[in-house]
Amino acid sequence: MRTTNLRLSSLLLQKTTSRSYASQATTARINRKVDYEKTPVLYKTEKAARTAYGLGSESSLEWQNYTQAVCSAMHHAMKVDDNVVLFGEDVAFGGVFRCSKGLADEFGTARVFNTPLTEQGIAGFGIGCAAAGMKPIAEIQFADYVFPAFDQIVNEAAKFRYREGATGQHCGGLVLRMPCGSVGHGALYHSQSPEALFAHVPGVRVVMPRSPSQAKGMLISSILQCNDPVIFMEPKTLYRAAEEFVPRDGFNLPLDKAEVLKEGKDLTVISYGQPLYLCSEATQTLEKEMKGLSVELIDLRAIYPWDRETVLKSVNKTGRAVVVHESMLNAGVGAEMAASIQEGAFLRLEAPVARVAGWDVHAGLIFEKYNVPDIVRIYDAMKRTLNY
Amino acid sequence: MRPVPTPASATVTQHVYPVRFKSTDSSSPSYQPSVSQRDHSDSVNFPGALNSKFTSTMVFQNPAEKAAMSTYRIMDADGNIVDNTRDPQNAPDQVITTWYRNMLTVSILDIIMFDAQRQGRTSFYMVSAGEEGIAVGTASALEPEDLCFLQYREQGVCLQRGMTVKDFMAQLFANKDDSGRGRNMPVHYGSGKHKIFTISSPLATQIPQASGAAYALKMKRMIDPNVKPSISVCYFGEGAASEGDFHAALNIAATKNCPVVFVCRNNGFAISTASIEQYKGDGIASRGLGYGIDTIRVDGNDIFAVREAMIQARKMALAGNCKPVLIEAMSYRVSHHSTSDDSFAYRAKREVEEWKRRDNPITRLRKWMEKKGLWNEDKEKEARASIRKQILQEFSAAEKMKKPALRYMFEDVYEEMTPDLKAQMKELKRLIETYPKEYDVSPHEDGIKGLNQ
Repeated sequence: MRTTNLRLSSLLLQKTTSRSYASQATTARINRKVDYEKTPVLYKTEKAARTAYGLGSESSLEWQNYTQAVCSAMHHAMKVDDNVVLFGEDVAFGGVFRCSKGLADEFGTARVFNTPLTEQGIAGFGIGCAAAGMKPIAEIQFADYVFPAFDQIVNEAAKFRYREGATGQHCGGLVLRMPCGSVGHGALYHSQSPEALFAHVPGVRVVMPRSPSQAKGMLISSILQCNDPVIFMEPKTLYRAAEEFVPRDGFNLPLDKAEVLKEGKDLTVISYGQPLYLCSEATQTLEKEMKGLSVELIDLRAIYPWDRETVLKSVNKTGRAVVVHESMLNAGVGAEMAASIQEGAFLRLEAPVARVAGWDVHAGLIFEKYNVPDIVRIYDAMKRTLNY
Repeated sequence: MRPVPTPASATVTQHVYPVRFKSTDSSSPSYQPSVSQRDHSDSVNFPGALNSKFTSTMVFQNPAEKAAMSTYRIMDADGNIVDNTRDPQNAPDQVITTWYRNMLTVSILDIIMFDAQRQGRTSFYMVSAGEEGIAVGTASALEPEDLCFLQYREQGVCLQRGMTVKDFMAQLFANKDDSGRGRNMPVHYGSGKHKIFTISSPLATQIPQASGAAYALKMKRMIDPNVKPSISVCYFGEGAASEGDFHAALNIAATKNCPVVFVCRNNGFAISTASIEQYKGDGIASRGLGYGIDTIRVDGNDIFAVREAMIQARKMALAGNCKPVLIEAMSYRVSHHSTSDDSFAYRAKREVEEWKRRDNPITRLRKWMEKKGLWNEDKEKEARASIRKQILQEFSAAEKMKKPALRYMFEDVYEEMTPDLKAQMKELKRLIETYPKEYDVSPHEDGIKGLNQ
């Protein structure tokens, strides 16, 4: 009886969380999966969230994942300002990632609506809407599909205020949101992270928040405060995985500042989006191995215009830098970081700026775990930079 | 324009929530699942074609077999009224005379500026010969609050709406009075006062923007019913209508009931590409039907028909829950595409001369006015002389004026100049001061001081 019970219960207790297409090597010690429940990048306690955002004990917090936080931000913006509207493909029923859940019901289909299937139309429509004084949130279903809208973004939204000049007309009310980044099985067309392409265009702000609370604050700022068009990139793999305490009320976060997540004196690691979590893991591993090591971790969050001052201040302190991003190596955001760091901290540098990025390949399905930067590659780059 | 707050603290905002607009737009119902195919029904019940009846005769619809959409005309090429049901003169004599003078001004300005480019006094120009009627005629039917999106051959719209020759010259010479701060190529006009969004070179990009702006106008009126009903009006050529943006724009405008009037200037050419190479269907008008949009084709050389169509289109666009309207105005591009084009490389000079002589909007209206006793040869001579004189005066003044200060290269990229741009501006100043003989900054207002921060 007892042995049968034990066998049965051990079967039931056996975790079946691993999926065959995304499994780790069983001998992996460094390349473990990010434990989103324990990662220090997220505010897992009310205290952590309150400290981070300078909130007193009377401020309410909500436990939310990334989609819920995005939804919450849009909900707040729409409640506060009648000029805010949301549109895109499939947003009315709640959106393919549930980011707009309940919004059409609450605010009506004049303010939350589906457009026909046309990214160039969505972007152009959004620009016109903003030019006429509304605050449109235009959703592109996947960053991989933003390319038909590229002309509208680069030649129109980005140039609008500049070409208008003294007329004062502009389309700064526009926010273009899109899920980006690898997700485990997205392959060529559901994994792209095109932030570097937009960073090479003057006139739009490109941001990528790392967490639910950051997403909420930055999205509210983008919609309600910022008078430049914003490209708001949401790492889709964090949509459900990242959960934390988020301030319930509306709040603003800057769109042009990086944030030091962890102070350190020996090495600066700069990243944004999902790789930040991997950087955090790599940092923990390396700090355990190398006694006395302290790594400074920076979330860039504003891709362009970006916070040169914070990054340079850090590297001038530590003398070593590693930049990590998912998108390919060549001409990625890391290249700009590296160039700027060597300009601004050349004599202080003890090692070349290392970049950990996707290889210069497309995001082939079966090869994803070898392409997207993992903890081992980040750990390795950090170690080699420290030992240079 | 508040700056984005500085870091370290995220401010928690407490808001008093205003009255929230919550009504549902009945024009965009969410999909209601319907009963499955009824027995013995003669119509299709698929969600995609709810009005379609079954047929057991297999017929491929051949568009070539259908008659082309008719072209509405009130006044013929000799200035005679052929549609007696409408009073073309729904405006007083002197207003009609103003339209005529505006078309004349455009035409004379065009000739002067084209020659100026050939003389090297300006870098580029685009003439709108033959199309002045479309521009002035449609614009005459607009309200000041209507939002205008142009392509590049609608200087008549700008003039009719109140921009001055001085405004044109400032833009053409990219001088310090140019609202565009010298950033745009010639003829890329814009005006905040006259609600004309600054023209951009990529074609058709303005079309979905016009749909979005119209939607915004509708929303603003829903939020505040006291706001005056306004439309957005969007001009483009038949060539631009091949771009994806055109299709996206019409489709969204129709599905979202946007009060936008699309005006297509079908002048037969897109640079050297004649319309027979641009499309196979019945012009652009036939496409409106495909998108579920009320459409009319008009004789673009008939200013009365163009104006009437716009008056009616505007009414239709704003009625009820609003809707888009498409006007295809037919004309002939008498001019070269631009000063960078010699159209005799791809069309016979004789063909152009015949159109110029035989029929254009200016001579048509002139004939009508002369028949009515509103105009004569003396008035014509006087008008041409005084217009020409005014234009040449403004030309001369604008040519001599200083160019915009150098700081305007760095401003307006973002609402606030970023630290990067400030640093770059400083760097440029350093370079010019280090190599003063290599740069002549005197044409720019404030010279080197224009880079001070």
